[in-house]
Amino acid sequence: MHWTEYFGPLAEGAWVTVQLTVYSTILGAILAFASGIGKLSSNWAIKAVSVAYIEVFRGTSLLVQLFWLYFALPLAGMALGIDLRLPPVMAGVLALGLNIGAYGAEVVRGAIQSVHKDQHEAARALNFTSRQTLWTITIPQAIPEMMPSFGNLAVQNLKDTALVSLISLGDLTFRAEQIRNFTQDSTTIYSMLLVAYFGMALVLTALMRGLEAYVSRWRMAGS
Amino acid sequence: MLFGFEWDLSSPLAFALSILPILLTGLLVTLQATVVGFALALVLGLVWAVLKAAPSRIISWPVSVVIEFIRDTPLLVQLFFLYYVLPEYGIVLPAFMTGALALGIQYSAYTAEVYRAGLQAIGADQREAARALNLSSARTFTHIIVPQAIPRIVPAMGNYLVSIMKDVPVLSVVTVLEMLNVAKIVGDRTFDYLIPLSLVGALYLITTLVASAGVRLVDTWLPKEGIPLK
Repeated sequence: MHWTEYFGPLAEGAWVTVQLTVYSTILGAILAFASGIGKLSSNWAIKAVSVAYIEVFRGTSLLVQLFWLYFALPLAGMALGIDLRLPPVMAGVLALGLNIGAYGAEVVRGAIQSVHKDQHEAARALNFTSRQTLWTITIPQAIPEMMPSFGNLAVQNLKDTALVSLISLGDLTFRAEQIRNFTQDSTTIYSMLLVAYFGMALVLTALMRGLEAYVSRWRMAGS
Repeated sequence: MLFGFEWDLSSPLAFALSILPILLTGLLVTLQATVVGFALALVLGLVWAVLKAAPSRIISWPVSVVIEFIRDTPLLVQLFFLYYVLPEYGIVLPAFMTGALALGIQYSAYTAEVYRAGLQAIGADQREAARALNLSSARTFTHIIVPQAIPRIVPAMGNYLVSIMKDVPVLSVVTVLEMLNVAKIVGDRTFDYLIPLSLVGALYLITTLVASAGVRLVDTWLPKEGIPLK
């Protein structure tokens, strides 16, 4: 097998990696906003759930979470009499999304808290409800603050997708492992794999920079 | 049986208690890998930071690319690379050392940034004052810059220590018997993954909470004005 023939299977794997990254980043962003805002909630139940989620998923290892969802959850389901067997794709997206969402939650919380107190007072003086203040005053100004950290987390998430190869999901790393088992050509295949991830990370960084430039117009004028 | 400890399958609680010593043996390996990996990351990161600050762009530019490359590629792939490629060039390391080396290399890209930011945070006025007092640039660095940079660097490094600990399970793919790998083996042999993997999660949660509290404690102990290098 000539090294140029590696491109086909690697491209197939890369496509799976891209899809995993996109889905889990979207899931992570939703969870990050939900629990980041939830952590600041005055409702203690919402706050407790948010804090518990963030602490559990930040406090344990991603690979432990992935293995738990894939190997342990079906057994928990069996004990409860429900079928909780997840296909590898579901387990992968869930673990990655839940993990990155917990890290993103702290970014969301920090950015919301960084919005100046005057803004809240002004909104209140203008008779905005607290919901309106949150969605139309605080969050639009907080989002530009979140973007640099979200860019780092997106790259982190892309790198973390490599772990799903360990639950036999056919991503980029999994395909490379298959080729290595077949050809034993470790140096070439792993060099190509590293370069592929580096290239994908550079593209993702550029995309996140673009998004950052787009949302920066929501920044308060003069700040 | 694993590491000389029998498991007791009579009840879930008995099973959990009987495998706890096995998992703690694995936790010890996890902590060892964390410490060795962290030490390597601290040293290698300092090398990167110094080279990146070199006045010549012939040195600093390639180093920046290398740091970016390390930071943007997955730990798992770097680990596979080291584990399968190094032996082809006659470098045969035990799995544990290969794993610790991979952790050290991956996190050196992050620690390099911490060193750089910490050193840059010491303002130009400090350098000017040192110059006005006729201190040599070497003395300025060791007696003025570094002592003030340490309190800024230590908390960030502590956070990476905790991150390294959470990345150690990746080493299970090259047969390192850390906690997750041990739990997986127990699961493979008893067909019960739920209890071993849940216990691993709980032990991780406890360990990272203790480690984070330790980092915060060190942070409050550190004098904010700096630590003299004596």
